[in-house]
Amino acid sequence: MSALGKVVRAGVGRRRVQTVVMVLTTMLAVTASIMAGGLVVASQAPFDHAFAKQRGAHLTGRFDGGKATSEQVAATAHLPAVTAAAGPFAVVTATPQFGEGGLVMMIGEAPLTIAGRAAAGGPVDAVTLTKGHWVTGPGQIVLTVPEDGPRMGEVGGTLSFPALPGRPSLTIVGYARSVSRTADAWVAPAEIAALTRPGAAPAYEMLYRFAHAGTGAGMARDKNALAAAVPPGALSGTLSYLTTKHAADRETATFVPFIVAFGVLGLAMSVLIIGIVVSGAVSAGTRRIGVLKSLGLTPGQVGRAYVGQALIPASAGTVLGVVLGNIASVPLLAQASDAYGAAPLTVAWWLDLAVPAGVLALVVASALAPALRAARLRTVQALATGRTPQVGRGRLAARAASRLPLSRALTLGLAGPFARPARSATIWAAVAFGAVGVTFAFGLGSSLSAIQDGVNRHNPGQVSVSTFAPPPVDAGSGAGTDAGPPPPPEPVSADTAAVARTIAAQPGTAGSFGTVEQQATFAGIPGAVRVTAYQGDSSWGGLQMVSGHWLDGSRQIVVGRRFLEATGKHVGDSVTLEGDGRSVAVRVVGEALTVDDDGMHVAADTGSFTALGRTLRPDTYEVHLAPGTDRAGYLQDLNTALKPLGVEGRAQDNRISSTIIAMDTMIAMLTVMLVAVAGLGVLNTVVLDTRERVHDLGVMKALGMAPRQTVAMVVTSVAGIGAVAGLIGVPLGMALHGYVIPAMGSAAGTRIPPADLHVYHPLPVLLLALSGLVIAVAGALLPATWSARTPTATSLRTE
Amino acid sequence: MSSTTSVIDIREVRKSYDDGPAALDGLSLTVRAGEALAVLGPSGSGKSTLLNLIAGLDKPTEGSVTVDGVRVDGLGETGSARFRRERIGMVFQFFNLLDDLTVTDNVLLPSQLVGAGRAQARARAAELLEYLGIARHARAYPGRLSGGERQRVAVARALMNRPALLLADEPTGALDTASGAEVRALLTELNSDGQTILLVTHDLALAAACASRTIELVDGRIVRDTGSGGRAPDLQSGTAGGSAAGSAAGGSSAVAR
Repeated sequence: MSALGKVVRAGVGRRRVQTVVMVLTTMLAVTASIMAGGLVVASQAPFDHAFAKQRGAHLTGRFDGGKATSEQVAATAHLPAVTAAAGPFAVVTATPQFGEGGLVMMIGEAPLTIAGRAAAGGPVDAVTLTKGHWVTGPGQIVLTVPEDGPRMGEVGGTLSFPALPGRPSLTIVGYARSVSRTADAWVAPAEIAALTRPGAAPAYEMLYRFAHAGTGAGMARDKNALAAAVPPGALSGTLSYLTTKHAADRETATFVPFIVAFGVLGLAMSVLIIGIVVSGAVSAGTRRIGVLKSLGLTPGQVGRAYVGQALIPASAGTVLGVVLGNIASVPLLAQASDAYGAAPLTVAWWLDLAVPAGVLALVVASALAPALRAARLRTVQALATGRTPQVGRGRLAARAASRLPLSRALTLGLAGPFARPARSATIWAAVAFGAVGVTFAFGLGSSLSAIQDGVNRHNPGQVSVSTFAPPPVDAGSGAGTDAGPPPPPEPVSADTAAVARTIAAQPGTAGSFGTVEQQATFAGIPGAVRVTAYQGDSSWGGLQMVSGHWLDGSRQIVVGRRFLEATGKHVGDSVTLEGDGRSVAVRVVGEALTVDDDGMHVAADTGSFTALGRTLRPDTYEVHLAPGTDRAGYLQDLNTALKPLGVEGRAQDNRISSTIIAMDTMIAMLTVMLVAVAGLGVLNTVVLDTRERVHDLGVMKALGMAPRQTVAMVVTSVAGIGAVAGLIGVPLGMALHGYVIPAMGSAAGTRIPPADLHVYHPLPVLLLALSGLVIAVAGALLPATWSARTPTATSLRTE
Repeated sequence: MSSTTSVIDIREVRKSYDDGPAALDGLSLTVRAGEALAVLGPSGSGKSTLLNLIAGLDKPTEGSVTVDGVRVDGLGETGSARFRRERIGMVFQFFNLLDDLTVTDNVLLPSQLVGAGRAQARARAAELLEYLGIARHARAYPGRLSGGERQRVAVARALMNRPALLLADEPTGALDTASGAEVRALLTELNSDGQTILLVTHDLALAAACASRTIELVDGRIVRDTGSGGRAPDLQSGTAGGSAAGSAAGGSSAVAR
């Protein structure tokens, strides 16, 4: 081995702690960069990537099985504009019940679109299985991963269709995701017959990719060509990928601001920490560089030696970081793909090359600059420099600190950072980044939780009572024969006044009100808007307000942001509600947090519709229970009382959306990562500092400084910096939160209520301000303990 | 000056590092209060090891070390630290002053570590600086002082808590001749005031001037012990005692204790 090689090997081997710290630092920095970079890259048009990967359908065509044959539908695959096609697949719509072990629960009024499909793959819409397996025979069903809310049941559970003859029951064998959203569930083709009402013909679904599908106009031409290729009226419905893409992109857009914020924080932190660790390690070797020069090494050789010395542990850390980053990204990207409704996301391959290359380049640059600077020093100067701080620095602070009424160990520690201001600044920056991350994460989590609470207020009751009884089993089939919704089974409407009286009379009821959904038109807005009409005192269960107030009288409406933008109105203005040839002016009394219907959802009182000649009867009652009421017992008693009316109440638990869960998971992981990197930065700097001051520490211990005093002194030397960094980092984190949350709200089509933004109350802020102190102390504790344990005689012998 | 009370009582001490030969091999030594013991010997003879064991900086492999009535070899890290700051004063060859603290702050350090009263400690420091003739440098930083002055500051720091034992490790090893003579005189003066001193040195002149007793170590064993009242051969200056410290300090010798 050459002399230079021996120098490098000795430099790495003899400074084991520093080597380990450098390995850990680069590992964490690379891990952080890959996680952050992976998320940022995955957030760039995830729908487009997933769509390309699954060879998504530009258009999903639904054909009436009674008007076109399977062969006629299949022939559309050969139209000139079609570049690829899959199908025809027989499809039915049916309303399921999920049941297991005798417990049967309605999962919602929406029927499922079920396609008969033998395989998940194919030339178009290659569906991605996320759990279980594809259907292999009759009696099995694969469900789509729900965009929001819980799954219908675990793999192995059953799904029954009680409204269909024979009450078919299917076993859930898997979950899959179709980016094109071509179906809600898939069964074996032969299974479709069992799910089809006798005498009815199933519809056919055909999936197409076109040569020119970029615009709505192009899609319209393709659609017309399809319609012309089959018997008139046979093409009963289509779903353009542009519609799905719009919805997916909007969902993604809510994530992007916070992912980018965290990503930039993570990347900046990684660059900073690597710079701190590597340049610190090289600077600490100035005296050794002097020795090497005295032995005849040229400045160039010294530079190469120290770059090599830094590259060995950095390379090891980089390799580990790439592995760890990819592993840690799996759950993170899984959450992101759930949130985006996209196919499983993976770390972009080029990140696995670019991040290590960037990190190693940074290591070289960080090592080369101080190594060459030291190598250019005169040998005598290099020998004399490095071990101790430049004489004269920090004396004023030391004198001031000595006058503080604190123990000497603490005052010595407090004065320490002033002796090495540049190094102290790097600790400060690392801790400040950590404090910004923690503060931002706290605010983000709190705001998202508050927003979730606000969104949940669309169903505010602890108990809800539907005024429609389930249809009788023999009332009809849930199967449809065309692309539109199936003919709904006739519900049994109860006497709503009697339901309201029964609820009000029930002991434990604190309040209740009724709601009913209506389609309505407003002057100046094309098309119908969904309106939730409230009857009764809904003051306890109103939507979360951004501005104005909740409904407290007739002819009032509360709207979302997009409604105001679409009408050009403001809170306090009037708009005209139209219907059945009549119109009535209603006043916008408030703007609420709502993301339903692209922020176009409207809340009104039922009285507003009376002027249109509509008498609305609630279809649901929301019930608020008195404090201390046992909900299960209440429900049992209430259902006994409601039984004569044919309806029943059910418990309502506000669920947390998968988007919020995904965000919370990402927030937690990214925060832990940021804090770990910050702590490691502190640890490394304190290791360097205590190594350089080992002789001074030995002197103090020889004079009688006890181990606890040594620990206190070392920890205090960074605690002050940490405390200041925390104080600066908290307002920066708050500012970042104040920028990102409204940006996320804007992407989701709503403004964020001030209450959801103002989450930094005095106590949390106080605790967050201590986060810098905690990070600094946590990072310094280990090297402080090492210092205290270093034998005094050894310390005194150290040059 | 020595009394019958022993300040150092070392019995059958053996110290070895890893598998190497013993640095100290069955060494026994008693130093009485008021004695000034010079430990001589070539490099590697075990002088520094002996000093470290007495100061509680290291522990013997076998045997016992008792200083001022305290079994030092049985103390933990915290106990050793407390023992040092309360009973030991140390003077090093290279002074080991903290460069970023003023002379006064350096001297105050031991008393601050024991949590002594602020006013009392400052008065004691001022008294010592005056006694050692360096009061005019009280607010200066060590870097501006001569070697001899720095060593005086180190001595002042060592005496701050009125230690039962002053350990000096080559106290003149880094000084020029004139400064070395000053320090010799100072140590002699201190001993004449009753301060028990153990000094490790190669400097026969120092041993001759300061020590009331001299031992010589070779390979971890005492090969020569002059006993109380015995002085090392005066090879250079011929100064045996004298009042250089007094003349240099110009103050009351009682201050040291």
